[in-house]
Amino acid sequence: MAARTDRPAESRVSKTVVFETRNLTKTYRMGEVEIHALRGVDIDLYAGELVVMLGASGSGKSTLLNIMGGLDTATGGRVRYRDQDLTRASDTALTEFRRDHVGFVFQFYNLIASLTARENVAIVTDISRDPMTPEEALGLVGLEDRMDHFPSQLSGGEQQRVAIARAIAKQPAVLLCDEPTGALDSKTGIRVLEALEHINRELQTTVAIITHNEVIGEMADRVVRLHDGRVADIHVNARRCAPAELHW
Amino acid sequence: MRALDRKLFRDLSALKGQAAAIAAVIASGVMTLIIAVSTMDALSLTQQRFYQEHHFADVFADLKRAPDSLTERLREIPGVNQVETRVQAAVRLEVPGFADPVRALLLSIPDGRQPLLNQLHLREGRLPDSSRSDEVAISDAFAEAHGLRAGDALRVIINGRMTTLRVSGVVLSPEFIYQIAPTDLLPDYERYGILWMNRRALAHAYGMDGAFNNVVVSLQAGASVAAVIDHLDRRLARYGGVGAYGREDQSSHRFLHEELRQLRAQAAILPTIFLLVSAFLLNVVMGRIIRSQREQVAVLKAFGYRNRDIAAHYGMLTGLIVLAGCVLGVALGVWAGTHLAAMYTEYFRFPELRFRLQAWVLVLAVAVAAGAAMLGTLRSVWRSVSLPPAEAMRPEPPARFRRSALERIVPNRWLDQGTRIILRNLGRHPVKAGLSVLGIAMSVGLLVMGAYQLHAVDYMLDTQYRLVLRMDVDLTFTDPTPARVVSELRHQPGVLGVETYRSAPVRLLAGHREYRTAILGLEERPRLRQLLDVRNQPQRLPPDGLLLTEYLARDLGLEVGDSVQVEVLEGHRRVVRLPLVGVVEEPLGVSAYMRRDALNRMLREGPVVSGAWLLVDRSLEPALFDRLRDLPGVAGIGMIADAERNIREYMGDTILMFALVFVLLAGSIAFAVVYNNARIALAERARELATLQVLGYSRAEVSAILVGEIMALTVVALPVGWAIGTGFAWALNQAFSMDMFRIPLVLTPGAYGFATAAVLGASAVAAVLVVRRLHRLDKISVLKAVE
Ligand SMILES: Nc1ncnc2c1ncn2[C@@H]1O[C@H](COP(=O)(O)OP(=O)(O)OP(=O)(O)O)[C@@H](O)[C@H]1O
Ligand SMILES: [Mg+2]
Repeated sequence: MAARTDRPAESRVSKTVVFETRNLTKTYRMGEVEIHALRGVDIDLYAGELVVMLGASGSGKSTLLNIMGGLDTATGGRVRYRDQDLTRASDTALTEFRRDHVGFVFQFYNLIASLTARENVAIVTDISRDPMTPEEALGLVGLEDRMDHFPSQLSGGEQQRVAIARAIAKQPAVLLCDEPTGALDSKTGIRVLEALEHINRELQTTVAIITHNEVIGEMADRVVRLHDGRVADIHVNARRCAPAELHW
Repeated sequence: MRALDRKLFRDLSALKGQAAAIAAVIASGVMTLIIAVSTMDALSLTQQRFYQEHHFADVFADLKRAPDSLTERLREIPGVNQVETRVQAAVRLEVPGFADPVRALLLSIPDGRQPLLNQLHLREGRLPDSSRSDEVAISDAFAEAHGLRAGDALRVIINGRMTTLRVSGVVLSPEFIYQIAPTDLLPDYERYGILWMNRRALAHAYGMDGAFNNVVVSLQAGASVAAVIDHLDRRLARYGGVGAYGREDQSSHRFLHEELRQLRAQAAILPTIFLLVSAFLLNVVMGRIIRSQREQVAVLKAFGYRNRDIAAHYGMLTGLIVLAGCVLGVALGVWAGTHLAAMYTEYFRFPELRFRLQAWVLVLAVAVAAGAAMLGTLRSVWRSVSLPPAEAMRPEPPARFRRSALERIVPNRWLDQGTRIILRNLGRHPVKAGLSVLGIAMSVGLLVMGAYQLHAVDYMLDTQYRLVLRMDVDLTFTDPTPARVVSELRHQPGVLGVETYRSAPVRLLAGHREYRTAILGLEERPRLRQLLDVRNQPQRLPPDGLLLTEYLARDLGLEVGDSVQVEVLEGHRRVVRLPLVGVVEEPLGVSAYMRRDALNRMLREGPVVSGAWLLVDRSLEPALFDRLRDLPGVAGIGMIADAERNIREYMGDTILMFALVFVLLAGSIAFAVVYNNARIALAERARELATLQVLGYSRAEVSAILVGEIMALTVVALPVGWAIGTGFAWALNQAFSMDMFRIPLVLTPGAYGFATAAVLGASAVAAVLVVRRLHRLDKISVLKAVE
C-alpha cells in the first residue's frame, strides 16, 4: 500500500499518529487447529480522524479493534498508542490505558442487566477523570426519558444507544465501536452515528467504527477494508458526508 | 452510591433465597463454634479459679486410722506442700418429708475454721461454730434438692446412733464440683449429700480422737505426683492405706475433665462440618453467579476497572452473606450459650458459671466463617478476574455434549426426550454434578448421624437397664458380711429374689498403664447383674481369672489370655497376677469381674459379701424400706429405677438435646444444599426450558425435566450419604467413648430411613419452589436476553 494515499484528506485531521500497528498477527489455537485471525496488519490511525472498518464476517475486524483497545494481546508484531508500546504492556498497564484513554461500544451491547440505563453509564463515569454526567451522555443519544429503565425494558436499539452513551460519557481520546448500528433501523442508526460524529468533531476524539454497512463508509475520513486477516484496501474520502445525508 | 455498589445490592436481592439458606448454614457453624468454645473456656477458667482460690488438693488418700503425729512425717515427704488430715464417714440420714433412704459423706473440717486444702465456699449461713458438736455445713446441691436452709434440722445415723444435726450453712467445695456418690454414674442430689462437721465432734463420735482416716495434700510447684503417691502409699500402708491417687482419679475432677474433653471434640468437629458445607455452597453459588456474569466482568474490565475492584465486588457479595450469617450465629450462640451455662451449673456446682462472649471467641468465629467463605469463593473470584476481557465478551461457545454412559447402556427406545436431556445435562458437567451429589450426600450423612444419636442413647440405656442391671434395689453393707445374710434378706417383705456380691477396690496395672476400679465378685451365673458377651447374651463366670469391661481391657491394652497385675487397695493389700479370661460388653461404667469364691480366696477371707441385689415386689416397697433402714449393717440402699430416671434425664438434657438441635441444623443444611442446586439448575436451564415450551412442550413435561434433574441428583446422593453417615456415626462413637458411658454403634434402618425421608422431603419442597418459579418466568424475556 502506498503510504501517501492513505492519509486523510481534510486538513482538520492532524498528522499525529495515535495508533500504529506493524505486522500485527493474532492466532487462536483451538486444540489441534490454528485460526489465523490477523495475518500481519500494518495501519496507522491519526488523532481526530473517523475511520470506518469494513470486511466480511470473520475477517478479523473485532480482533484488531480489541487489540488496539488493550482488551486482547497480539501473537506477533507491534502495536503502539502514542508513545506507549501496548505489545509489551502488563495487564495493569493495559487496564490503566483503557481507563484513561479508551471508550468501547460492543457488538453485543453488553449492558449490566441489574443496572438502569443511568447506572450503566455511571459505572464508567464513576471511575473517569473528567466525565460528562450520565444524564448529558444519555441526552446525546436521545434517551433522556429512558434513564431509569433497566436493559430488559429497552428495545435493542435503545440498549445500543445506552452502550454508546456509556462509551462517550468519559470523553475518551479514542472511541472504538464494534457494529454500533448492527441491530438498528436506519433512522435510529443515523441518530447513533450523529452522536459519534458529534463526539469526533467537538472533542477531537479519534473514532473507529466497525460495520458491514458500506454506506456508513461515506461519513468517514478513511475507509479500511480487511480481508482474511489483512488490510486489503484503504480509501480516503475527499469529503465526509454528514450522517443525515446517508440512506440505507 | 456508586453504580457498582448498586449492582451488588441488586444481585444480592435477586439471590435472597439462596443467600438466606447459606447464611443460615454459616450461622449454624458460628453458633456451634461460639457455644462450644465459650462453654469450654468458661468451664476451664472457672474450674481453675475455683481450684486456686479454694486450694484444691493434688493428692488424696483414704486409710483405716493413723495417729495425728503422723501428719508431721507426711509433711516431710519431698514435693509435698501442705497436708490436711481429716476424719470421714459414710452415713445414712433422714430428711423430714422425704421417704427414700439418703446417703451422705460426713467430712471433718478444723473446729470452726476453713481447712488448709479444699476450702469451702459459703453460699449461705456460716461454718459450724467451733464450740458446737451438732452443727453441719451442707453441700448446696443437696440443700437445693431438699429446700434446706441454715437453721434446718437433719436426722443422721452416726455410728449407729440417730442424732439430730442443725444446718449452719450451705457451701460449695472444689472437691465436689461434680457431686456424685462413690459407685454412682450420675449425681443424685436428693439421695446423696456431703456434710461438713467439726473435727473434734466427728472424731469423737467414731472413736477417732487424735487420729485421722483421710488425708489430702498439695504439691510444691514441679513436684512429681507419682513420686508423692508412692511415698504416701509407703507411709500409710501400715495404717490401712488403700492407695493414694491424684486428681485424675478424683471423681469430681475426672468428670469435669471428661466433659471438657468432649467439648473440645465438639468445638473442633461440628463447626468444621457446618463451615465446610457453607464453603461448598458458596463455591457452587458464587461459581454460578460469576460464570453467568462473565460478560459483565469483561465490560467492567474493558472500561478500566482493575482486577482488585472486581475481586472486591464479588468478595463483598460473599462478605455480606457471611456477615448476615455471623450476626445471626452470634445472636443464636449467645442465646443458646446462656441456656447451656445454666444447664451446666445444674451438673457442675461452681460459685458462678456465666456465659460470656469473649472478644477472642468472636474474632475466632468470624475468622473461621470468613476463612470458609474464602475457601469457597476464592477460585471463582480468581477465575473472574483472570478472564481476558476480549475472550469473555464473545458469547460462550455452545457446550459440547456427548451421549451419556447410561444412554449407551440403556436401549434407546426406553428413554424419552426429557430423560435424555436430563442425562446429558448431568453428563456435561460431571464434576459439578459430582459436587452437588456430594453436598446432598453430606446432609444425608449429617441426618443419619443425628438420627443415630437419638436412637443409640435409648438403645444404650435399654441395654443397661433391661439386660445388665436387672435388680430393683442395690444394698451396700458397711463392712464385709457373712454370705449367709442371703437367707435373712430373702425373708424381708416383698423380696422376690436375692443375689449377693463382694466388691473390692483395686488398682489394675498392665504395662505402664493403670486404672483404679473395683472387682465385683459374683455368682457363677449372675441373674440380677448380667455379664453380656458381644452378642448381648449373658455369659458364665469361669472358676478363676478376671473379666474386664471391654472398653477397659482395650484401654489397658489387654487381650484375653494376657495377665493383669492386681493391687488390692484394702485388707492385706495383696498384689497378685490374674489372667484375663474374658471381656464384658456393657455401655455404662467400667469394672472388673470374677467369681465371688475366687475373690474371697484372693482376699484371704471366708465367704463374705459387700452387698446384695434384690428383686422386689413394688407394692411392698415402703414396708421393705422401713425394715432395711433398721438393719444395722446397711450402709446404702440404692434404687435402680431412680438411677435410671436420673440418667435418662441427664441424657435428655445433654446429648439428646444436642442431637435434636443437630438434626434440625442438618435438616436446614439439607434444604439449603438441595434448594441451591435446584435454583442453579433452573438458572442454567431457563433458556432451554423456555425454548421447549415455545416449541409446544407442556408445562408438566418441562417441569418434569427440571424436577427429574433435581431428583436424579438426590437419588444418586442417597447411598453415598448413607455411607458418609455411617462414617460420621463411627467418628462420633469414638469421640463419645469414655468411662462413664459408651454410645454403641447401632445403626438401624430407621436412621437411614429418617435421613432419606428428610432429604427427599427437602428435595420435593425445593422442586415445588423452583417449578413455581419456572412458571412465573417470562419466556419471551428469557429467550430475548443475550446470555
Ligand atoms: N476466542 C477465539 N477463539 C477462537 N477463534 C476466534 C476467537 N475469536 C475470534 N476467533 C476467530 O478469529 C476470526 C476473526 O474473528 P473476528 O471476531 O475478529 O471477526 P469479525 O471480523 O469481527 O467478524 P464479524 O463480522 O462476524 O463480527 C474468526 O474466524 C473467529 O472465528
Ligand atoms: Mg466482530
